[in-house]
Amino acid sequence: MTKKKNNVVEKDEVVVKFVGDSGDGMQLTGTLFSDAAAILGNDIATFPDYPAEIRAPHNTIAGVSGFQVHLGKIKIHTPGDLCDVLVAMNPASLKSNLKWAKPGANIIVDADVFEDKANEKAGYKSNPLTDGSLDNYNLIAAPITSMTKGALTELNVDPKTADKSKNMFALGIINFLFNRSLEQTFKFFEVKFKKKPVFINVNKTVLQAGYNYAETLEAIKTTFNVSAAKMEKGTYRNITGNLAVAWGLLAASERSGRPIFLGSYPITPATEILMELAKHKSLGAKVFQAEDEIAGICSAIGASFTGSLAVTTTSGPGLSLKSEAIGLAVITELPLVIVNVQRGGPSTGLPTKSEQSDLMQALFGRNGEAPVIVIAASTSVNCFYYAYEAAKLSMEHMTPVILLTEGCLGFGSELFKIPKVKDLPAINPPIAEANDKNFKPYRRNDKTLVRQWALPGTEGLRHRIGGLEKENIVGNVCTDPMNHQIMTDLRAEKVEKIADFIPNQELFGEKEGDLLVVGWGSTHGAIFSAVDELQKQGKKISQTHFNYIMPFPKNTDKIFKGFKKIIVCELNSGQLVNYLRMKFPQYQFTQYNKVQGLPFVVSELKEKFNQILKEK
Amino acid sequence: MDENLTVERSRVPLTKEDFVSDQMVKWCPGCGGHAILSSVANVFPKIGYKKENFCVVSGIGCSSRFPYYVNTYGFHGIHGRANAIATGVKIANPHLSVWIATGDGDSMAIGGNHFIHIIRRNVDLNILLFNNQIYGLTKGQYSPTTPMGSITKTSPQGTIEHPFNPGELVLGAQGTFFARVVDNNIKMMTDVMFEAARHDGTSVIEILENCVIFADKTHELITSKDLRDDHQLHLKNGEPMLFGKNKEKGIRLATAGLEIVKIGENGITENDILVHDQYSQDPGIHLMLAKMQPPAFPIALGVIRSAMFPTYDDMVEEQILNAKKSATIKSVDDLLNSGDTWEIK
Ligand SMILES: Cc1ncc(C[n+]2csc(CCOP(=O)(O)OP(=O)(O)O)c2C)c(N)n1
Ligand code: SF4
Ligand SMILES: [Mg+2]
Repeated sequence: MTKKKNNVVEKDEVVVKFVGDSGDGMQLTGTLFSDAAAILGNDIATFPDYPAEIRAPHNTIAGVSGFQVHLGKIKIHTPGDLCDVLVAMNPASLKSNLKWAKPGANIIVDADVFEDKANEKAGYKSNPLTDGSLDNYNLIAAPITSMTKGALTELNVDPKTADKSKNMFALGIINFLFNRSLEQTFKFFEVKFKKKPVFINVNKTVLQAGYNYAETLEAIKTTFNVSAAKMEKGTYRNITGNLAVAWGLLAASERSGRPIFLGSYPITPATEILMELAKHKSLGAKVFQAEDEIAGICSAIGASFTGSLAVTTTSGPGLSLKSEAIGLAVITELPLVIVNVQRGGPSTGLPTKSEQSDLMQALFGRNGEAPVIVIAASTSVNCFYYAYEAAKLSMEHMTPVILLTEGCLGFGSELFKIPKVKDLPAINPPIAEANDKNFKPYRRNDKTLVRQWALPGTEGLRHRIGGLEKENIVGNVCTDPMNHQIMTDLRAEKVEKIADFIPNQELFGEKEGDLLVVGWGSTHGAIFSAVDELQKQGKKISQTHFNYIMPFPKNTDKIFKGFKKIIVCELNSGQLVNYLRMKFPQYQFTQYNKVQGLPFVVSELKEKFNQILKEK
Repeated sequence: MDENLTVERSRVPLTKEDFVSDQMVKWCPGCGGHAILSSVANVFPKIGYKKENFCVVSGIGCSSRFPYYVNTYGFHGIHGRANAIATGVKIANPHLSVWIATGDGDSMAIGGNHFIHIIRRNVDLNILLFNNQIYGLTKGQYSPTTPMGSITKTSPQGTIEHPFNPGELVLGAQGTFFARVVDNNIKMMTDVMFEAARHDGTSVIEILENCVIFADKTHELITSKDLRDDHQLHLKNGEPMLFGKNKEKGIRLATAGLEIVKIGENGITENDILVHDQYSQDPGIHLMLAKMQPPAFPIALGVIRSAMFPTYDDMVEEQILNAKKSATIKSVDDLLNSGDTWEIK
């Protein structure tokens, strides 16, 4: 066959989405494609989307598993809204994902599986491949199942293995579509299946078959080229937010010299942090899988008392269980990092979906006056830096810190420019010296109001702390009314003072303007993209995105002052906005909220901002 | 048994005074807590560890005020969580001798979950379970160990719950050390605490404690002068289980379980009496002993079980040591650069 000529279109960015049945291997396919793209120099952001059930019924909408990757020669800020290419391995996945495809998008399907029964199970009344409903797209209906089988006849593999490698056929087509050589993916196979060389051969054969098929196919009239992005020099890797949290904590442990202890109980979407840290005993990580979340945090508090960098990781329902114990860490003024990978709530809610609805709980969800530091990561990569920062602030200021991340950050991945541990800021916990005659459990540093960390085993520092209110400085149990006032105020002031130790709030855009868009957490990329586009249209719009929420950076008020209107966008019913109303009553905040377990799309934000800009 | 060599010993001999705190002891006069405190102050210097290496952890309750009254590192936690907090203390720093003070509410009710799991894991520490069969601090509500039918503030017509026997719970959770003592026998308390300290693993000492205010004389059947000889069996390893004023009665293992026999009656001699083996791995007899209740049987006091099994904290250290020996990732920089990475020039 002759090589057919086709148009090559240069693209700044494209979004590719792989969807299929849970068993179709879409996560692997997506990862292989995005890893190869990253190595070839594209910037990328990915987002896996899978069902809560491990084995949902075959070929149903409930069982659809997806993986989206956004790659570009420009800086990529989100996993993308709508996709340019949709790979759908069965009718159910096409049915549930077509709405995420751009008009005219390339839709690649396994034509073999669109038979009546499967179509019906997915809710189709007629065959979507032939009834004209896909006329507005570029449909590539490839007989993937049979072609895969055909490609493998000579290798003599069992039908199950053949069926399982269908996804590589699709990946071959995609590689052709993006003018990518298969070399990099071949290399991945060689590493991944080192112990099962049969699979190297099977996967290579099928991948190549898919590529060859695409090359000869009339349906592909246009292929894409996404050149390498201009990236800063350095060593890179792909990293998910959950991995980044685990590694940030390990880095903080090494840099501070404080051994790390994790007390945790498995819960989606936070479990990966626990599993990752459990792997790193060689770095001295002590990981305790507790009998419940309460034991998780309480064991961490015990470890903190002895001088460990103590951590507990969880998601919403688990944070609820930890409330009382967080108060104990507040009153004993012990360092403790609480990582909450937020998911849809209330109660069990939407375990595998993302939401920002635990902010109020993080700020206020405890009995008594119990201030803690609250910080939020906003990208999968900065999960590393904010986990490090959480550990640093916690230990240096002897206070619990709640680090909020989100399911989409935890599961999503981005390119990570690998730092050197020695280049990270130093961490100096206030450890009390042996036989210090002046040591008192609640004697404080004048500037920071931080008490000292006196570790059991140290000579001359025996003392008792606990959940009962203590006498200022001395540390004995004390119910004196004025003392309680003093201690309450000191605990609050200590946390407020941390504003002196965190960076200023940043502003994207002009200092003054018609509209300031405020957000926090995972929405950074979507808001940035929307604001960036409107700025390019000449609109007087700026963005400020919060990572430090308790306390706020010192210049926060100054930033608000410059704008006629302020809108706060959140994936909840309005939690940061109400907190801002309480803290900055002099401003009028409008709000834009969404609670669907889905991220913002850039288009809806632009529409909202335009509408506000128009209103007089 | 081997002493726990992971805890550094004191270079100078210590005395009771080394462990007396400057805090006023605020338990009611006549509360069993005072005798328990006295026993601990007796035994800590005897154990011989550096005084800085003791760490006392508690939950909430009258009993849980304990850490304030001993001059060691101390942590007064929240209700029910002493066992969880102490687990973290011990895993994080295995060089500490960790002691937990907890009540029957603290460890049998709100903290029941942590209690069974700490035991199952066999974390090397010592639990002093102050069992006064009542919620003292909250002024007299029934607890999971209150005898059925008891009238308390929350059971005006008598409780209708089957009480826990802590010993059964401990052995059911695969406990490696269980002892029972009464609060008016300081000598036995001190001896048992010493054995608990020497035991590698979770040592539970159930202390039948009298709350003079809300459950006075709840242990009367065991502790009263007239009854105690017939209702207390003092266990000693390797010795026959004899009791009674003149040690004229004994425990025999019959096919249906344990039974009380009289020496000299029906040809019974001391040779027929069960000999205590606290170190037996098999908990069968230990469980039978733990279950004995007056008036049908004497209650077993002293160390009922003290069996050797690997401890959680030792295994943590071992895994870390092994991982360090064989690991390719020796620093966080190694970790960050592991797996697929690439250079952009
Ligand atoms: C979360 C919580 N629930 C309830 C209480 C109230 N409370 C304090 S102590 C206690 C019971 C104490 O009984 P026990 O553990 O037997 O100790 P004792 O006072 O008898 O020594 C209760 C219910 C509390 N402090 N915290
Ligand atoms: S109320 Fe009972 S348990 Fe509490 S101190 Fe008084 S006597 Fe002891
Ligand atoms: Mg009690």
